[in-house]
Amino acid sequence: MVTFFQYLISGLSAGSLYALVALGIVLIYRSTRILNFAHGDKATVGTFVAFTLLSRDLPFYLALPISLVFGALLAMFFYFAIIVPAQRRDATILGQITITVGLSMVLQGALLFFWGTESQIMPFPLSDTRVWTVGPFYFNQLSIGTFLVGITGSILLYFLIQKTRLGLAMKATSENLAAAQTLGIPTRTVLATSWGLAALFGVLAGMFLAPALILDPFFMLEPFLKGFSGAILGGLNSLVGAVVGGLIIGIVENLSGGYISLEFKNTVPFLIIILVLLVRPEGLFGKEFKERI
Amino acid sequence: MQLLTVDALTVRFGGISALSDVGFTMDDREILSIIGPNGAGKTTLFNCISGVYQPTRGEILFQGESLLGLSPDRIAVKGIGRTFQNIRLFNNMTVLDNLMLGRHIRFRRNPLQAYLRIRTEELRHREKVEEVIGFLDLQAYRKMRVMDCPYGVQKRVELGRAIVMEPKLLLLDEPVAGLTAEEKNRVAYLVTEIRGRFGLSILLIEHDLRIVSRLADRMVVLNFGQKLTEGTPAEVQKNPEVIRAYVGEEA
Repeated sequence: MVTFFQYLISGLSAGSLYALVALGIVLIYRSTRILNFAHGDKATVGTFVAFTLLSRDLPFYLALPISLVFGALLAMFFYFAIIVPAQRRDATILGQITITVGLSMVLQGALLFFWGTESQIMPFPLSDTRVWTVGPFYFNQLSIGTFLVGITGSILLYFLIQKTRLGLAMKATSENLAAAQTLGIPTRTVLATSWGLAALFGVLAGMFLAPALILDPFFMLEPFLKGFSGAILGGLNSLVGAVVGGLIIGIVENLSGGYISLEFKNTVPFLIIILVLLVRPEGLFGKEFKERI
Repeated sequence: MQLLTVDALTVRFGGISALSDVGFTMDDREILSIIGPNGAGKTTLFNCISGVYQPTRGEILFQGESLLGLSPDRIAVKGIGRTFQNIRLFNNMTVLDNLMLGRHIRFRRNPLQAYLRIRTEELRHREKVEEVIGFLDLQAYRKMRVMDCPYGVQKRVELGRAIVMEPKLLLLDEPVAGLTAEEKNRVAYLVTEIRGRFGLSILLIEHDLRIVSRLADRMVVLNFGQKLTEGTPAEVQKNPEVIRAYVGEEA
């Protein structure tokens, strides 16, 4: 039983970061129907910026916001410089998705060019070797920090969307772009904000994942895929679904790693995705799309 | 000064001229109707005025300012509201939320001021929205999801959403299409009421000549992208070219 809870704790900690990744994916998908395959790589770029700043002894409380903003600006630049012109030329959704795949490769190339292939160790104020014992349970500093960051991020996003005018404009834009425009909502700016916000969450996840993993230009690939799985599990257009999906993936991954075998740690989440898609294609929180004829 | 001036407006899609050299003016508080058979370019004209399409040539002036090159949201801020031929609402939101979204541009820009006055602001907007809800007789549907409302109600919600924006010019694209005879009369009555009560000008696309003749001060007739004629309903109905366009060649 104790080991079970121990796995659960590390699962929740990893899952909260997958939730952040999933939120970024869902945010873009629900407002534009684009699956952003460059999401992980944008997060990697932001994390490397943080790495460089932290290696130059910049304090963490400065390095964190700078890297987040950098990631957000990069995504907004990408939106205005590539997605908007593509849309002006009537690119299909599939075409735009392919563009994000291309961008992912470009970013990977840039990462290799600027930071090289060597694995780095992220200087980080929290450590996973500092451990607290509460009764029979172990909590390490990093995973607690990670969990708090993941949950706080999700809650902040929830309030932004539910309680602010920007959030309402985002909802309106994602539901009916043409109608939102005729009401005077600047949909381009709103969408650019969504792209920026999504990348910001990605970088946040990346920065807290890097200390636990090895930092190299491809370190976000796995977390990205898991966040993606979480998003699908939750039902691609539900923000609550993204958080729940991400947490489930994190927990299942750790349980299967612990009880079945470590080799299965990465496989089981994907098996779950296949099962979900077979049984409930719209995901746990997704709304079934029914066209009225 | 004219409220709206459309001059030599031309729109080409590839080789097809959707509109060629269309021009007319509109006065303050006028109800002007655009009529014409299917494919005459009526909705294209609307899309140019509201910024969805950029015309190939020509000029559109609203209160003396050119609208060309502005995005639809900027045009909405300038005071032009519209409805669509095929209703475009936020289907997963309630009727009330749809109407509140119509107030978007009326919220204060300064975030600090908005924060300090948020209560009175919200109340002011709610008052306006409730007024329109009452006016359009939507009380029973306020908390219902738009998706679950009957078609006629959805049409009224869209109309209401455009009114709460407090535009100076309202573009209505076939407001009575698909409604029952009874509902048609009701909307026709509402359209004239809107002008009186909210003091705005209305540009209206409609197929139902009988209803339009009752509503409009003047009419502009389009056929194959060109202006056939304009005038009062009585003048237009007597025009032999209009009869030909609508009924076909006389036997």
